[in-house]
Amino acid sequence: MRALTWHGKHDVRVDTVDDPEILNPRDAIIKITSTAICGSDLHLYDGYIPTMQAGDILGHEFMGEVVETGPKSTLTKGQRVVVPFTIACGSCFHCTKHQYSACDNGLPADNQDIAQAAYGQPMSGLFGYSHMTGGYAGGQAEYVRVPFSDIGPIVVPNGIEDDKVLFLSDILPTGWMAAENAQIEPGDTVAVWGCGPVGLFAVQSAFLMGAERVIAIDHFPHRLELARKLGAETINFEQSKTYEALMEMTGGIGPDACIDSVGLEAHGFFADNVWDQIKVSTFTGTDRTHSIRQAILACRKGGRVSMPAVYGGFVDKFPLGAFMEKGLTLKTGQTHVQHYMPALLNAIMEEKIDTTFLISHRMPLEQAAEGYKLFHDKQNEVTKIVLKPGMELAPTK
Amino acid sequence: MGDSRTPAHDDAPLSTSKRGEEKEHMSLSLVDPKGDTLSGKTVTINRPRQELYDYWRALENLSTFMENVERIEGLGDNRYHWVVKAPAGKTVEWIAKVTQDVPGKVLAWASEEGADVPNSGRIDFRDAPGGRGTWVTATILYDPPGGIVGKVVAKLFQREPAIQARRDLRRFKQFMETGEIATGARTQAQFAQEID
Repeated sequence: MRALTWHGKHDVRVDTVDDPEILNPRDAIIKITSTAICGSDLHLYDGYIPTMQAGDILGHEFMGEVVETGPKSTLTKGQRVVVPFTIACGSCFHCTKHQYSACDNGLPADNQDIAQAAYGQPMSGLFGYSHMTGGYAGGQAEYVRVPFSDIGPIVVPNGIEDDKVLFLSDILPTGWMAAENAQIEPGDTVAVWGCGPVGLFAVQSAFLMGAERVIAIDHFPHRLELARKLGAETINFEQSKTYEALMEMTGGIGPDACIDSVGLEAHGFFADNVWDQIKVSTFTGTDRTHSIRQAILACRKGGRVSMPAVYGGFVDKFPLGAFMEKGLTLKTGQTHVQHYMPALLNAIMEEKIDTTFLISHRMPLEQAAEGYKLFHDKQNEVTKIVLKPGMELAPTK
Repeated sequence: MGDSRTPAHDDAPLSTSKRGEEKEHMSLSLVDPKGDTLSGKTVTINRPRQELYDYWRALENLSTFMENVERIEGLGDNRYHWVVKAPAGKTVEWIAKVTQDVPGKVLAWASEEGADVPNSGRIDFRDAPGGRGTWVTATILYDPPGGIVGKVVAKLFQREPAIQARRDLRRFKQFMETGEIATGARTQAQFAQEID
């Protein structure tokens, strides 16, 4: 089959590799019909994530058709499914509490050592996201092996097109959980750092949960425009001072809830960010963290901070004093995708949520490498690239 | 395990002690003296105690989740012949006898004279607090083949008994909770290579 494989920093290629096979009783093989490039795939592309190996197949946002099932799979051939990016068993303590991203059994036993050393306990497995998360081949391919297929994938009706349900795999539940973690109350003003897909879905979700106002922060004009269309007010941090603007826009109180959906690759030309960048390149630190510091400082006293953004390591200059003195609550975590999928699929079917506005580019899988470069270089125009195996080759811009 | 502590000792398990000689001394109250390297690990498994014990008690089963165990054959009279993979494509063998067997609770063993890797150990099965299933604790004492150099070499090949015990417990948990052992492989060929 054809698959997008990682070979090093800024080096991804569409190669021919062996087809996946059923290896465990609960496995299924899915023929991919749509798969997206995620903002967090750029972390891999930029070489920020350790334990990658040449030839690894990327991609953790995908859907397709069931073509083969193991004896314990509950899926049947021909069903259309969206697959959650978190690989969870459904029967350990954490899964029974619906904390799927904390599944004890999703990671192969040998890979658990690295994760345990880094985080204290191993997390669930993830598709296409380094060997620390299990070394599972991702879905930017023609076919993928899906473990625990009786628990993860959600069957979608035949009438609805891929583009409407694809984002159930990661970013829609992630944006939704970000808003849920912000514990929004009616009348709240919610500030969202980062208008990438997760940030935009967090804006959408915050309104659905009763926020009176949402203030979205970014520096890409097109992304801010999308946030405005969803009903948010905006701050372009290249034009305005974010903290000062937030304080003035909330009558000196600060936002009731702050959502950091920027994370690892925060842009912006701030002194501490430059210092963070130096430390990243000299291996003395891995995370660049301006947005989370700003969220904590801006958040109103007794307010809530939600952090869907991906962080992998340690931070410096975490404003622990402000965090404590103001009595803030911080909630975060990899998304418990399986928990949110059914309700969000319903919301899509009932047309309460439409996520297709996000898709800026559709490309054949064959052009995936160009897609990565495009997404990396043009983050203003490119909000989401969906790859479709078998789609006709199109000239790229 | 708790009853074997001296009053000066805290409530932390023996395997986490910072004091080497204390660890060695006290380990002898738990298992037969078959080596000088102690490994202790506990894993919580969301299944009933008796079910876990029963699976483990059929020792021939262990090769399903113990990656390095090629096979275990019952010789009768509670004696078992172990054939275990070692670094550089070799195997090591021993005969171990079950020294303690409390159904549903404890299973202990010790290798007999002439073992390639003298070892002894015990598996404790205890009800986990809060109805969370069972705590399975493996306490293993062994003589690293080739002494300290052998231990380093084995570590390089990931065939060091303490590393293996930790991973085997995780695989046991996976197998009992999910009915299978997680693998990141994509093809049968990769899968076979992984478990070589």
